[in-house]
Amino acid sequence: MALLEVKQLSIQFEGVKAVQNVSFSIEAGIVYAVIGPNGAGKTTLFNLITGVYTPTSGEIKLDGESIQGKAPNELARRGVARTFQNLQICMNMSALENVMVGAHLRLDRNPFKAALRLPSITRRDAELRTESAELMRFVGLEAYIDARADSMPYGALKRLEIARALALKPRIIFLDEPAAGLNPKETIEVDALVRKVADSGVTVVLVEHDMKMVMNLSDRILVLDYGRKLAEGTGEEVRRNPDVIAAYLGTHA
Amino acid sequence: MGDVMLAQFLQFLFSGITVGATYALAALGFTLIYNASNVINFAQGEFIMLGGMLAVFFTQAGLPFPLALTLAILVPAIIGVLLEKLAIEPVKGAETVTLIIITIGASLVIRGLIQVWLGKGTHSLPAFSGDVPIEILGATLMPQSLWVLGVTAVVVVALWYFFNRTLHGKAMLATSFNRAAAELVGINTSWVLFMSFAMSAALGALGGILVTPITLTSYDVGIMLGLKGFVAAVVGGLGNGLGAVLGGLLVGILEAMGAGYISSAYKDAIPFVLILLMLFFMPRGLFGGKSTDRV
Amino acid sequence: MKKNTYTGLYIVIAILVVLPFVLPNGFYMDLAIRMAINAVIALGLNLLIGFAGQISMGHAGFLGIGAYASAVLPTHFGWHPLLAMGAGALVTGLLAAVLARPIFKLKGHYLAMATLGLGIIINIVLRTEGALTGGPDGMPVPALGLMGFELSSDKHWYWVVALLLSVSVWASLNLIDSPFGRALRALHGSEVASQVAGVDVVRYKVSIFVISAVFASLMGSVTAHYVGFVTPNFADFFHSIELVTMVVIGGMASVFGSLVGAVLLTALPQALATFEGWETVAFGTILMICMIFMPRGLVPTLAAKFGKGA
Repeated sequence: MALLEVKQLSIQFEGVKAVQNVSFSIEAGIVYAVIGPNGAGKTTLFNLITGVYTPTSGEIKLDGESIQGKAPNELARRGVARTFQNLQICMNMSALENVMVGAHLRLDRNPFKAALRLPSITRRDAELRTESAELMRFVGLEAYIDARADSMPYGALKRLEIARALALKPRIIFLDEPAAGLNPKETIEVDALVRKVADSGVTVVLVEHDMKMVMNLSDRILVLDYGRKLAEGTGEEVRRNPDVIAAYLGTHA
Repeated sequence: MGDVMLAQFLQFLFSGITVGATYALAALGFTLIYNASNVINFAQGEFIMLGGMLAVFFTQAGLPFPLALTLAILVPAIIGVLLEKLAIEPVKGAETVTLIIITIGASLVIRGLIQVWLGKGTHSLPAFSGDVPIEILGATLMPQSLWVLGVTAVVVVALWYFFNRTLHGKAMLATSFNRAAAELVGINTSWVLFMSFAMSAALGALGGILVTPITLTSYDVGIMLGLKGFVAAVVGGLGNGLGAVLGGLLVGILEAMGAGYISSAYKDAIPFVLILLMLFFMPRGLFGGKSTDRV
Repeated sequence: MKKNTYTGLYIVIAILVVLPFVLPNGFYMDLAIRMAINAVIALGLNLLIGFAGQISMGHAGFLGIGAYASAVLPTHFGWHPLLAMGAGALVTGLLAAVLARPIFKLKGHYLAMATLGLGIIINIVLRTEGALTGGPDGMPVPALGLMGFELSSDKHWYWVVALLLSVSVWASLNLIDSPFGRALRALHGSEVASQVAGVDVVRYKVSIFVISAVFASLMGSVTAHYVGFVTPNFADFFHSIELVTMVVIGGMASVFGSLVGAVLLTALPQALATFEGWETVAFGTILMICMIFMPRGLVPTLAAKFGKGA
């Protein structure tokens, strides 16, 4: 059974059919890319699957369980993590703390125990601090372990979000344009990072405009256009699909 | 028996609509500023107070009535603009809490200055066309009430015309929907902000003047009037002009009815119970209001 | 956030211990006690406003519930003061929970409106139900005592309040650097991000609102017992604004900022007491100037300045 199954998913905003009858499935452990021109509904699709939006119709199944309409924090509990196209970093906290927030569900959140500084809480926190520092090294941010989030450059923040998502110890991670706004060198670094994440066993679902990166990384690709599924398959298959070429690849390769 | 009940009902209705018109003008003021800048101006009530108090001052200083009233509207408008320039513009983009506190600070300054300058006494203005009450089906209606309602109606129509038929008004509306887009098409959004504060203050002051012959004025009437005007704006749907007017009338009527039929001691609590109920059951207000979501 | 932020706590404790020996007379002792009480209230409110990024414009209402519970229940119903205090806190907690849940599902200014409405309603009720509450003139509050020992001398009160303050600062510092605290701060930083990290946003907002309200109620009871008298002004809109101002001026999301804010805003009315109307003007001007030039509040702004200089 596929890890994620999407069946006839649709959402409508007033008159705009942002996503229409999209169906696909994702096997565990692969890198799956979603591409399409701007406005094709890629981020909307992500928002639907990660609980930010509720679909007007259709079904989403994670490991056989229906999850459409569930709140993002409930999905987090089921091992779904994501990053955002428009960075959602807590600028009021340090970089390390941002990553630690990702591990929220794995900790004891009782306020009374916290207020009393019980040893169980402080011990777990110290462990988490070490773990989070490790994650920051994993994503290439050793230089910023002691930094405040608001002092970090854009490229670093994008990687910080990935570290935060990984802190969740997710089964599946949704990366919404991880290379957006990055220069070519940074893009190569992110490419390598995504590979690293996939190699660690996490299923990666990716929205990206950078075609080289997509072709390099992905095992399978979904092409959207105007909210509809245009094509799906391996990089080679998609590349040769005449509809896709006509709609999209022609202007971007 | 039925006549007495009818008379009583009408009495409450009249007093409710009269004060409701003041709330409506205050609510319109809130709405204008909220639409132009997303700020909830807690100093709005003080503009109402300024209208009444300044009208009293200028009249007592010997100025002819019409001039006194005009000044009592202009001066608050200027103060409104000062507020915008000195206190709101410098902190554009600040957190909601910050802005709320700034406007509350401004309201304290205005109120304090009036207290120092004009004292804590209560004052009145002569009714515009005499005090002979009009009898309607056993209830009495003060002529001043007709002034309040009449002028408010004229103002509302004028505003409607301004916003829907004139270029300047449409520019203001455009800014309220999408500031960035408005700027891109060449609308001077600073000017829009400036105008909304000026108009908002003028509206409040006007309401204050109109109602002073009936409910009197003093340095501290602004607090409750402002808060209730705010409730009215929320009831109508924050950001919606028609809602503000209807909200104002509704709050006024419910307040009067509640005071009359249920308990006059709790009269002041009614608008606030209303806002809580609205937030529980119809948070967007009667007319939908502006959504503050930005996902 | 660096470890060992207890340095600040130690400084506070040191000040508290030394203070009674330095203060010239009873007037200053009383002022110090009031400052400490306000500091605890400000701490509780700061958790809500500064850390979680929410707002309460009617917090004095919760103070009032606690204060009047401590006045009415023992006086009219013979309850033990401690029991009354607990009852006040319980009622406040329930009220806050009932109000918060539907409100927090909405976005935007709604909480400000709801808390505003609630605060005013509480104030009006206290003012109107004269038979129970003594109406606008208020009513006396019996002394707080336990097993025969009554808390009445200023000296005793000082140490009780100093202890309360120290514990509150300690608890706040602990809370901030904990999973719960981080979740709150993340909520403020980016609600969406905290959601996808698994934070049940609505539940957290409700929790912190209730905690903050119960805190206020308890401190309302403490104040009532200390002053020995309570009036509806204690629970009015102006007082609610004063409390928010303490938090905001001192520095939102700064524990020590709340203390500074409380000290300043307790001292200020005293300093301006003779000037009535000017007091209002001064208060308003200070508010505006602080918010325009130091929106982050005194302590964070100064800390940043000195941090840069260091």
